[in-house]
Amino acid sequence: MSAPAKVQALPRASELGLIGCHVCGLVCRCPGADGGVAANACCPRCGCALHRRKPASYSRTWALLIAAFLMYLPANLLPIMRTASLNDIDDNTILTGVLELWTKGSPDLAVIVFTASILVPMLKFLVLGMLLISSQRQTGWARVQRAKLYRLVEFIGYWSMLDVFVVSLLTAMVRFSVLSRVEPLPGVIFFGLTVVLTMLASMSFDPRLIWDGRDTDD
Amino acid sequence: MLITKSPETLIICEECDTVYRRRPLARGEVARCVCCGAQLDSHQRFGVNGVLALILTAMIMFLLANVWPVVTLGLNGQHSSATLWGTIIAMWQEQAQVVSVLAAMTLFFFPLAKMLSIGWLLWFARNGKRAPGFKQLLIGLHYFGPWTMSEVFVLGALVAIVKARVYFDVMAEPGIYAYAVLTLLITVFAGIDMRYLWNLKLRPWTMEHGP
Repeated sequence: MSAPAKVQALPRASELGLIGCHVCGLVCRCPGADGGVAANACCPRCGCALHRRKPASYSRTWALLIAAFLMYLPANLLPIMRTASLNDIDDNTILTGVLELWTKGSPDLAVIVFTASILVPMLKFLVLGMLLISSQRQTGWARVQRAKLYRLVEFIGYWSMLDVFVVSLLTAMVRFSVLSRVEPLPGVIFFGLTVVLTMLASMSFDPRLIWDGRDTDD
Repeated sequence: MLITKSPETLIICEECDTVYRRRPLARGEVARCVCCGAQLDSHQRFGVNGVLALILTAMIMFLLANVWPVVTLGLNGQHSSATLWGTIIAMWQEQAQVVSVLAAMTLFFFPLAKMLSIGWLLWFARNGKRAPGFKQLLIGLHYFGPWTMSEVFVLGALVAIVKARVYFDVMAEPGIYAYAVLTLLITVFAGIDMRYLWNLKLRPWTMEHGP
């Protein structure tokens, strides 16, 4: 791909009447040019439905993102784990878990857990919300940077599952009848659902929308 | 609906819809979209046989990682070990069925299905054949591919060990090492896009000749 002099001169698939299959990547010619794709058009190679953009990208992504946020509140407010021993019972939320790791365990791991369980979900809400609003307004602002942010969110998304797996492992390991036990609490379920919903949200967002309408803006 | 004369000559950026003409890449080269910077194509370092060998290694590691316990805790002479399935079952019994199902899917069933289908496809592809169920398996890989989380589990095990070390004697078990190797293999796999199988010229599979 030799770098052309003008980025704007590069052709887009929709202008050429082409459409790339979202599943297998096959380049197909679409006779119904200018946005119109036959309702039941299928990829001749893999048989999946062809779309120029992911179907109902805005509404699906908004719905999933809002649902994820609604799950995120109890995930942080409710305790995720109970450590019970002979003389005391201790309920941990995500934040107190990080603090405990910082003071008693190792600060470097505390930073990793903090990033995975608190920073990454927050970043996802902010970035996806910003991408949705800016793309819906068809602004030409910072397109390359927004495309990079989307890739970042796609890449780091599933690492938030970290805390869910930590609680699961501790539950399975710490089983010393009355002496010492770890039990999961409802917060961890909400947190797992948050991660799944944010992953689905970032998958249903179509990054091509960032670049749509660029000819009118440039 | 028509296929372009030779569909393999064109490539469309998946993130911004820009069209490029495909050209063969040299070793280590990665094609990036000049418009948005997304990766368009990368040189396939491993041939079909190479990827197949990696998949077989990953399968063995996956088996070991699931058979051996990951970690053992000791408290006053009592011992308690955790395996992946022990973890999944414990979460189910402790009223966290949602988490249990999530863990079973992302740590066991999806990784297993991914390895089995890639292995199956490549086993036939190395003889120039399309495996039975070629289309369905590649489509399936596209959808459940992003839902495998073994590498997150390894980091989770590390955090759990550090947390437990404050109160218990912690012994790392062979399972954790198998998981560590599996994570390395997963990192290698991250650079391999199985969709290149679509572009290979493969003969349809026939009963008479077998794989």
